[in-house]
Amino acid sequence: MTEIASSQNLLMYLCLAGCVAVTVLPKILPVTFLHGDSLPPLFRRWLDFVPVAVMAALVGSEVFFYEGQFNLGVSNLFLMVSLPTVLLAWKSQNYFLTIAVGLVLVILARAVGLY
Amino acid sequence: MEQASTPSPTLLGLKRALPIVLGYLPVGFAFGVLAVKNGIPPTVALAMSILMFSGSGQLIFAGMWGAQASSLSIIAAVAIVNLRYLLQSAAETPWLVGLPRLQRFLLGLGLTDETFAVHVTALQKGWPRNLTTLFVCNHVAQLGWVGGTVLGAFCGELVHDVRPLGLDYALPVMFLALLVLQCLSRLHVLVALFTLALAVGLKYLGMTQWNIALATIIGASLGAMLVTREKRYD
Repeated sequence: MTEIASSQNLLMYLCLAGCVAVTVLPKILPVTFLHGDSLPPLFRRWLDFVPVAVMAALVGSEVFFYEGQFNLGVSNLFLMVSLPTVLLAWKSQNYFLTIAVGLVLVILARAVGLY
Repeated sequence: MEQASTPSPTLLGLKRALPIVLGYLPVGFAFGVLAVKNGIPPTVALAMSILMFSGSGQLIFAGMWGAQASSLSIIAAVAIVNLRYLLQSAAETPWLVGLPRLQRFLLGLGLTDETFAVHVTALQKGWPRNLTTLFVCNHVAQLGWVGGTVLGAFCGELVHDVRPLGLDYALPVMFLALLVLQCLSRLHVLVALFTLALAVGLKYLGMTQWNIALATIIGASLGAMLVTREKRYD
């Protein structure tokens, strides 16, 4: 029994080591070894669009899926709150104000029992 | 992003980390609870948050470990979802020109979706590159992540529900605010809308691990193609 438990532990540590490697390597390799000032122009132009693209992909995955389900309706609290919040972000260009108002709207909607 | 009167670099780093910590505490907590529920000892969960520092990867590990998936398939799934770090790490390099390799390596260790997003947005808005600000933000963010994990893994029964505090919306609204700040031109808006729709569509079709990286690659390619064509006609 203890033998099974310890081999299970060993497996967990091996799995952990592998996961650490495949997490840390993609984070550090490009930034450590690429020379940011001598990249090919086309690659550089492509990289310029990575931030906006990756943030859009993350926002979409979070806002259009509520509690794990794709949801375009009014029962998707995050989508309903995000609509006025995007407008506010656009008009104010104020990062902290946008986050604060978004959080307050979610808290209020839940506090009054709408969601 | 930050106010115009010049506060100290440390304060700027703390300010930049604040919304991230608000989001990391509850998500880190959720990870800690989930890890223990799936048979991962609290100390290993803590080690994951220190060594991996990656929400999606750690949640995949915990979920698949609990489902008794093979180690190789867990590592493969984590590697796939982490492909986006390659893109983000590469996209940081033009901003870090002139820094010694060791500094860039250390900044790479602190890379997450959130730290990448706040740093690159600030740099694009013309905020000076300050190593203290960058490192303070990264480390405070990781402290929040590790702190949340410890709370969840060692005393998960203390907090029942973070939803009334709205904290499950902290990271989505942060990305939303940063995304709007990223929309510097009509072309950026176009790329944002296209990539968002693509990522949502891919996830809807069941691609829950590849969708971010694939949508980003295609979206950034569209942007690069359009901007190259524009330049040609100038």
